[in-house]
Amino acid sequence: MADDLLVAERVRKEFGGLVATNDIDFAIPRGSIVALIGPNGAGKTTFFNMLTGVYTPTSGRILFDGEEIAGKPPHAIVERGIGRTFQNIRLFQQMTAMENVLVGMHSRLSAGIVGSILGLPRVKREESGANERARELLVYCGLPKRHEHLAGSLPYGDQRRLEVARALATDPKLLLLDEPTAGMNPQETADFTSFVRRIRDEKDLTVLLIEHDMKVVMGVSERITVLEYGEKIAEGTPAEIRANERVIEAYLGRGAAA
Amino acid sequence: MSEQLATLKSRWAEQPEVVRRYALPAGAIVLAVLYPFYVDLLPGFPVTSIAVVMLVFTMMALGLNIVVGYAGLLDLGYVAFYAAGAYIAAWLASLHFEDISFHFGAVGVADDAPGIHISVWLVLIIAGLFTTVVGILIGLPTLRLRGDYLAIVTLGFGEIIPQFVRNADEAGIGFDLTHGTFGINPIDSIGFGETLGAVGLPDVYRTSSSRAELFYWTALALLLFTVFCSIRLRDSRLGRAWIAIREDETAAAAMGVPLMRTKTWSYAMGAFFGGIAGAFYAVYKSGAFPADFYFQFSVFLLCMVILGGMGSVWGVIVGALILSWLDRAGLAELGKEFGDLVGREIDVPKYAFGIYGGIIVVMMLVRPTGLIPESRHKIEMEEGVHDTPLYDVQHEGPGTGRIRGDG
Repeated sequence: MADDLLVAERVRKEFGGLVATNDIDFAIPRGSIVALIGPNGAGKTTFFNMLTGVYTPTSGRILFDGEEIAGKPPHAIVERGIGRTFQNIRLFQQMTAMENVLVGMHSRLSAGIVGSILGLPRVKREESGANERARELLVYCGLPKRHEHLAGSLPYGDQRRLEVARALATDPKLLLLDEPTAGMNPQETADFTSFVRRIRDEKDLTVLLIEHDMKVVMGVSERITVLEYGEKIAEGTPAEIRANERVIEAYLGRGAAA
Repeated sequence: MSEQLATLKSRWAEQPEVVRRYALPAGAIVLAVLYPFYVDLLPGFPVTSIAVVMLVFTMMALGLNIVVGYAGLLDLGYVAFYAAGAYIAAWLASLHFEDISFHFGAVGVADDAPGIHISVWLVLIIAGLFTTVVGILIGLPTLRLRGDYLAIVTLGFGEIIPQFVRNADEAGIGFDLTHGTFGINPIDSIGFGETLGAVGLPDVYRTSSSRAELFYWTALALLLFTVFCSIRLRDSRLGRAWIAIREDETAAAAMGVPLMRTKTWSYAMGAFFGGIAGAFYAVYKSGAFPADFYFQFSVFLLCMVILGGMGSVWGVIVGALILSWLDRAGLAELGKEFGDLVGREIDVPKYAFGIYGGIIVVMMLVRPTGLIPESRHKIEMEEGVHDTPLYDVQHEGPGTGRIRGDG
C-alpha cells in the first residue's frame, strides 16, 4: 500500500536452529499507532532489533518509506528516520539530560573535527541551535528542569521521559517504543499513554510499540499484531484482537478459549 | 580561618563569568611560561631540560586521553604512534638516506649534506598527519572489537611496530629503513633559520646558549595547542559521540552515532598528538632509538591518564607531570634522600614500575576517578547516581506528603 510507512515482507531470523521470527509480514500505516504484542519469547524484540539494524534478517525484506533497510547499520537507519527507546533504560548515565538529547541529534548535525577545533561561526550557530532545540524537547517531554543533571541521577519516570526526548531528537518519522511503561505505576502509565498519542498528533509521527500492559495496548493502539513462537497469529483492531480465540489461547491457555 | 575561606569563596563567586573561567588557566600559563626564569630559586623542582621531557610526555598522555578517556577504548599500544612520529622525524630530517640529497628549509645543516633535510616545523606537521593515517589504518581492522579484545589487539600492534623498527635494516628487510637497533641519529635541530634569526628569533635551537629554554617554550606551545584541541573536541558534537560510546555503545549506535567512524576518529586524533609529540621528542633527543618504544611506555602513559583522571584534561596534565617527573628525576632524588635516611644506597629508579603500580593500586582504592576527576564525575559525587529510593520512600516518604504523579 502506498500509505504504509514501513513494510516487512516474509522477515525471518534464525539463531542456529531456532527460528525467532518465521516469515512475518507486517505493515505500519503512516500516522498510526501500532502495537506488537505476544507472550515472552514470541520474537517481538528480535523483530524490533531487525527494524533498528541490530540484527540482519536471515531472509525477507524490510522497506521503510519505500527503501530497503534490512541489514543496514543502526546509525544509517536512524538517519533515514527510525528512532527508538529501550526496554531496560539505556541512557548515557554519566552525561547530563541535555547531552543525552544532543547525542540524539548527532545525525542531524554536521560539525566536523576542524570546524569544532577552530570554533567556526557555522559550528557555533549549529551548537546553539541544537541546544535550544534540546531544551524545547526536554520541556515538551515533561522535563522542565534539571537539564544539567546527570541522566543516571534522575528519577525513574523522568529517565523514561528522557529516553523519549532523546529518541525524538533523532527527528524520526517512525518512533519505536520498547515496553515504555514497564515499571511505571498506574498514574504514570496513564500519563504516558496520553503522551504517546499527543506526540503522534503534534509531531506527525508513526508509532510502533511493544507492550505487555494490555490496558495500554488496547487504549492507545489503532492496530495490533500478535506474535507467538515467532509466528504472526493475529492482526487487527483492538476489538478484533480482544475477541480473537487464538490470542486468548496464547495468553490464557487452551481452556480459557473454549 | 574557615571564615576567611568562606569570604574568599563568595568573593570568587561574585566575579564575572569570564574571570572565573579563565583566571586559573591564564595564571597557570603565565607561571609555566616563566618557569625557566625562576626554576633555580625552587630547590627540588626539575631543571628546564627535564621539564621539556615532562611536557612532551604530558602531550602524549593527552593524546592517549582522547582514546582512553573520551571514547573509552583501552589502547595498550599507544607507543606505536610515538615510534611512528619519531621515525618520521628521523627520516625527513637527518643524514639517514644518504643517497638522496633533498633540502627544504632545514636549519643548522650544511647545504651539501646528504640525506633528506626538511624544516623540522614541517616535519612535525607531517609526523602528525602520517601518524593520523597510521592510526586510521590500525583502527579500521581493530576497532570492530570491544573492550578486552580491543586491548589485546592494540597490545599486539604496540609490539609489532617496535619489533618492525628494530629489524627493518639491511639484514632484516634488505633495505636500511630504520638502521635496526642502533636507531637513527643525529636528527636536525628545530629553529627559525637565518632570515628570521636576523629579527631576533633563535635561528638554530641546538647551538643556542639557551637551548633548553627554547625547547621548553616550543614544547609548552605544542602542549597548549593539544590542551586547546582536547577541550574544543570534548565539547563538540564528536566529543559527545565519543563519551556516548564510552557510556553505552549499543545505545549510541541506536541514536545515530556511526560507531566505526567515530571510534576511528578518536584513534586518529590520539595518534595525531602522539605523532607530533614523538617527532618533537626525537628532535629534542636528536635521535630515534628502538629501545624507547617498549610496551612499558604505553603502560606508563596509561598510568598518567588513570592517575590524573580518565577524560579529565586538567587531571591528565597533573597526572602526567607527576609521573614523568618521578620517571626523569623524582625517583632518583627521592631515592637518594631515602638512602641517606636509612644509611644505605638504594637504586630506587630500578623499582620504578613497582612504584607506579603501587601508586595506581592506591589510587584505585582511595580515589578511583583520579586526582582531578572529569567534571561529570564530580556532579556524580555531589548528586549521587543510581540510588533511586524505593517506590514508597520516593513517593510517600516523610516530608513530601503527596503523591508525585499529580505534579
